Amino acid sequence: MANLKVKIHNLELKNPVLTASGTFGYGEEFDDFIDVNRLGGVIVKGTTASKREGNPYPRMVETPSGMLNAVGLQNKGVDNFISDIYPRIKNYKTNIIVNVSGSTISEYVEVSEKINELQNIPAIELNISCPNVKEGGMAFGTSCQAASEVINAVRKVYKKTLIVKLSPNVTDISEIASAAEHSGADSVSLINTLLGMAIDVEKRKPVLSTITGGLSGPAIKPIAIRMVWQVAKAVKIPVIGLGGIMDTADAIEFILAGATAIQVGTANFIDPQISIKIVDGIEKYLNHHKINSIHELIGSL
Amino acid sequence: MKKHINNLKIISYRSLNKDFFLLELSVPHSINEIRPGQFVEVLVENSAKTFLRRPFSIHDIDYENQIISLLIQIVGKGTRELSKQKSGEYLNLIYPLGNSFSKPTNEKTLLIGGGAGIAPLLFLAKHFKRLHHKFSVLLGARSENYLVRLKEFKKLSEVFIATEDASLGEKGLVTNHSVLTQAEIGFDKIISCGPKPMMKAVAMIATDKAIDCEVSLENTMACGIGACLCCVEETKHGNVCVCIDGPVFNVKDLKWLI
Repeated sequence: MANLKVKIHNLELKNPVLTASGTFGYGEEFDDFIDVNRLGGVIVKGTTASKREGNPYPRMVETPSGMLNAVGLQNKGVDNFISDIYPRIKNYKTNIIVNVSGSTISEYVEVSEKINELQNIPAIELNISCPNVKEGGMAFGTSCQAASEVINAVRKVYKKTLIVKLSPNVTDISEIASAAEHSGADSVSLINTLLGMAIDVEKRKPVLSTITGGLSGPAIKPIAIRMVWQVAKAVKIPVIGLGGIMDTADAIEFILAGATAIQVGTANFIDPQISIKIVDGIEKYLNHHKINSIHELIGSL
Repeated sequence: MKKHINNLKIISYRSLNKDFFLLELSVPHSINEIRPGQFVEVLVENSAKTFLRRPFSIHDIDYENQIISLLIQIVGKGTRELSKQKSGEYLNLIYPLGNSFSKPTNEKTLLIGGGAGIAPLLFLAKHFKRLHHKFSVLLGARSENYLVRLKEFKKLSEVFIATEDASLGEKGLVTNHSVLTQAEIGFDKIISCGPKPMMKAVAMIATDKAIDCEVSLENTMACGIGACLCCVEETKHGNVCVCIDGPVFNVKDLKWLI
């Protein structure tokens, strides 16, 4: 049987399949459809210091081979996560990773510091790439200096595996990735959504309440593959690839481009069982090609 | 009830007119726990022009023969693609989703449906009939041609009709119908499903007359299971997902009339 285990810094994954933040709730939403414990990990919804209501409806529109969303980090805040949600999900036998979001450096630090205390959360994903909030969010992920400042600050208080989620809305993503690496990130995940827009031609108005939103789905996959390939060459820390993965072949493509692990995102909305199908599919692929370990595939272009 | 994902066989496809069709889907297990107001998410397969699933209210249930019926109006690319399905083919569904209409605790309910909004009301009407709960139905459409399933509703209760072109029933919108405009309307609960402006107008009348009112919303959604947070409706308790906290809401919890 092929070895599917990978390591992201100190974080051991039983297989390279994670579910992307904002597409998988807190894992529980999928209990009826799959055994969540079989995943490499679950990255839960973006969590901020205080409760956020998110953006007004409409927040989503279907686009060719994808969708635009402008949810805007709706969540009940880190204290509610710790008191209400964490006790329900802490006993999953998989890695529960919290996506940490914010508008200011002090907000990122506050949330990271609190999550650091939770025994069964082995890692955070620092979201410096959300395109749907007015302040902060993506602004931290589009300049090397801003990225370094927030990562340095979080690194001081967060002792476990620190993954930084990168924005594709930049000129050269490998520069940002290098800045993240030098500021203490243990891993980078990419890509977050691409800034996009849709217009209702009958109403002659933008479809989304926020005018612009984040594009996800297979429409963005070639861009994500290219960026993972570029970043994997530029940094020494493990790269986690995401962006439009719909099936096993897509996941393998990211791994070949240099990703140590992958995240399944928008596909969860269409097939709530897809993440497990990809876990099984990767194993089948390795066996079929007589490859003993997933490590032989990573970045093996 | 546990949520399922399954390929369900289409045992009957019936075109009702150029805009509406009816699908009957066979379910390979008991569906006794499905309640009126719940919905399904249908995968539109082999369609380059669509990406996400499409949500539809459950229109009718045959508990004994384990059949779910969907009443679908062709409004866009997804529904047009689905209208090409044939009996014997399979559709991939996630079901049952969402909450349901509340149990009747009142004397007499008026069900108000507009357009494709009549879909969940037939299931509800049959449910009320089984419970011997008193109710009437008020249906509205652009014209007689757009009024489907009238016969089925008439088998269950008194039916009032409003059409915008006066081709059947009273002329105008449901909210102009005499059953709603008279001083004493004779109902102590209203349940409404249809276009949002219609439901808002109904909610306003109900609130004016101090009648309890439930509505079923159809906000654009992706997942249907509370993961994407796209289908939110603003309520007095903050933004909530229509797919899990709805689709049925009591209007007193919404911010429509503020």
